[in-house]
Amino acid sequence: MRRKIIPALILAFGIVNFSGPLLAHHGTAAFDTDKKVTLKGTVTEWFWSNPHCLLQFDVKGDNGQVVHWIGETQNPVTMTNGGWSKTSFKVGEEITVALFPVKNGLPLGRIITVVLPDGKMLDALKGTSGVRDYK
Amino acid sequence: MLKRFRISIILLMAAPILSSLAVAQNQPPPAPRHDISGTWEPANGPQDGVQADGVKAMPNDNKPQHQLPYTPYGLQAFKSHHALEGAQAVLPGFFDDPRDKCEPLGFPRMNFYNLRETQILQNEYKVVMLYQYATTWRVIWTDGRELPKIVDGGVAVGGEVKEPRYYGYSVAKWADDTTLVIQTIGMMGEDRVWLDTAGRPISDQLRVEERLHRVDHDHLEWSVTIDDPKIYTKPWVAMDKFPMKLEDPHRDVMEQYCSPAEMERYNKLFGDPSSGPASHAPAR
Repeated sequence: MRRKIIPALILAFGIVNFSGPLLAHHGTAAFDTDKKVTLKGTVTEWFWSNPHCLLQFDVKGDNGQVVHWIGETQNPVTMTNGGWSKTSFKVGEEITVALFPVKNGLPLGRIITVVLPDGKMLDALKGTSGVRDYK
Repeated sequence: MLKRFRISIILLMAAPILSSLAVAQNQPPPAPRHDISGTWEPANGPQDGVQADGVKAMPNDNKPQHQLPYTPYGLQAFKSHHALEGAQAVLPGFFDDPRDKCEPLGFPRMNFYNLRETQILQNEYKVVMLYQYATTWRVIWTDGRELPKIVDGGVAVGGEVKEPRYYGYSVAKWADDTTLVIQTIGMMGEDRVWLDTAGRPISDQLRVEERLHRVDHDHLEWSVTIDDPKIYTKPWVAMDKFPMKLEDPHRDVMEQYCSPAEMERYNKLFGDPSSGPASHAPAR
């Protein structure tokens, strides 16, 4: 048991430190990087474009009201390095998105991960250094 | 017993030789003479050349050792720029980086922003660099021609005055078998281009020296020195032995472009609304 806990603690420490520099650079000025939000929604558009790709999706709240969200990722070259592609999402797919929301409360955010209907997870930081991302 | 002892001694004696042979097999071959051609990428990963906070060796991070030696005019020019990156970054809705209007980055900013996969081609007359970002190229003459001279309105080539260029006028000579030294002048001034993404300025008086040293067959080091007496009180090193590694020659480099239409859509849907109060959100 102890053998499993120690590596887990080291990994957790590493993840915390890895994500630390996100707070430092410009792009995060608009984002609340202390607040990770997880949303289940339906893809309405995946726009493979520069300077950032945009994933648009609808999220149905408990009251039945639909909120339209937009999440940004890095540019296509960086996302390709991380295993994403122009065909990563199809309109109508059910997805689970983890993102850092913008500070002003609008339904916009910087994508961290997306889980596809088959359970496969796409990591938005995978193609980046984890330090100089989202530029 | 004696036989086993002899075999052990032979193996012990042979071990260092075998070990060094194994290491030698893993070492890249030596650099070819006067040849930097190939498809190169940042050796420390694709993001190492992004240089979002400013030039690699002197990022704009408020550290005392990274303060640039501005002239009074240079400091004024820097303060007039509203960068999206670096220690003086503004929100996405309030910056004026020419990059985001898809203006040409110009040289030497090509080396200081999104320096990614770079294809270098050469023949006996010139070296050509094909940059991935903005699908941009530079020609560097190695045919022995002189570097033009900076004059009012541009550069003097022979008896003729030619216009400033976004990517300047470059000539190069081999300093030794594996080091190409490139001199570049005649770039656009501070009203058209920035030095880096942190908004540092350059002027039409800029002279740039690059040293590309092929360390071995598979590795290249890229250094850049900035000399701009109008903006900086002394020359300084902006990129110091930046490491590049050789890629598979069959590699098909992906394009990375700046599209005004895509930029406009991005700003409308995301950049602008994420910068201001919620009441400024545009209709979608």
